[in-house]
Amino acid sequence: MERHDLVVQKLRSALPEAIEEIYDFRGERTLFIKKDKIKAVCQFLRDDEALQYNFLSDICADDLLPEFPRFAVSYHLYSIANQHYLRLRVQVEDPDDGPETVASVWPVATWLEMEVWDLMGVRCVGNNSLRRLFLPEDWQGHPLRKDYPLGYEEVQFSFNYEEIDAKKPYARD
Amino acid sequence: MGIEQKLGDLGVVTYRLEDLVNWGRTYAMWPILFGLACCAIEMMSTQASHYDASRFGMELNRPSPRQSDLMIVAGRVSRKMGPVIRRLYDQMPAPKWAIAMGDCASCGGVFNNYAIVQGVDEIIPVDVYVAGCPPRPEALIDGIMTLHERVRGERLKDWA
Repeated sequence: MERHDLVVQKLRSALPEAIEEIYDFRGERTLFIKKDKIKAVCQFLRDDEALQYNFLSDICADDLLPEFPRFAVSYHLYSIANQHYLRLRVQVEDPDDGPETVASVWPVATWLEMEVWDLMGVRCVGNNSLRRLFLPEDWQGHPLRKDYPLGYEEVQFSFNYEEIDAKKPYARD
Repeated sequence: MGIEQKLGDLGVVTYRLEDLVNWGRTYAMWPILFGLACCAIEMMSTQASHYDASRFGMELNRPSPRQSDLMIVAGRVSRKMGPVIRRLYDQMPAPKWAIAMGDCASCGGVFNNYAIVQGVDEIIPVDVYVAGCPPRPEALIDGIMTLHERVRGERLKDWA
């Protein structure tokens, strides 16, 4: 628990005004970071001697559709030296103007940000290799968004077997 | 020095060539390794010692489409996987057959959404559909035997 407070204390003295809010849930600490400060915060957390968050385990994004700001990007950090997890969270209003890329801090962030863009459409500024990672290259849209249509095809039962069968695009040899 | 000396004169057996060829095709059907989801677990257990698919001459799952003549599509087919399946199927030499194993491969199953192809028969022609989620090994064996019945009724000209 004291390491939770050490992070906040160090971050406040090094980068005042970077932390917007602190949120604790079941022993996990989440720091809400200002969007334009995220890269400086990540750089500091990695390089500080006492903290050493040298492993970026994941970046993921949430869609909080009725609310504003609509998107939130979470950074899950781990300090291998201190065995401590920390979550940073950035609120994003415009998905095309997302947080700055942290690829210069942890190179793996290139791929994690690619995933965030692929599935949620939040574009991390400065990452020049945002392309389709999980989805086919010609895919339209970002399926993890809450307003993405789920898609549905009419199910074939015995009462409408022939109707569906006539329309179904069967493959040929 | 062979079996003919021990057994003496065996005589001549006559048979229809078509039946002989189909007999050979039936009992040496090598499936391509194609497990996509949980159905693959049942497919593996079909091939393992308890259910023993080698009784049908198909204990070998070939990792190369060029060495196989049966595709058991075991699991749901995502839109991204679709072109891969078609490509592998096209590389298999004829004669070739396909079994859609399980509900997902047959009709999309519970995944009626944008990500899953609603039945692999939209991508490759399917000979036998096996129902179940996932089907038990007995059901897959029944599907294989249904396919055998079908192959025995085929004409050589169908594949020529």
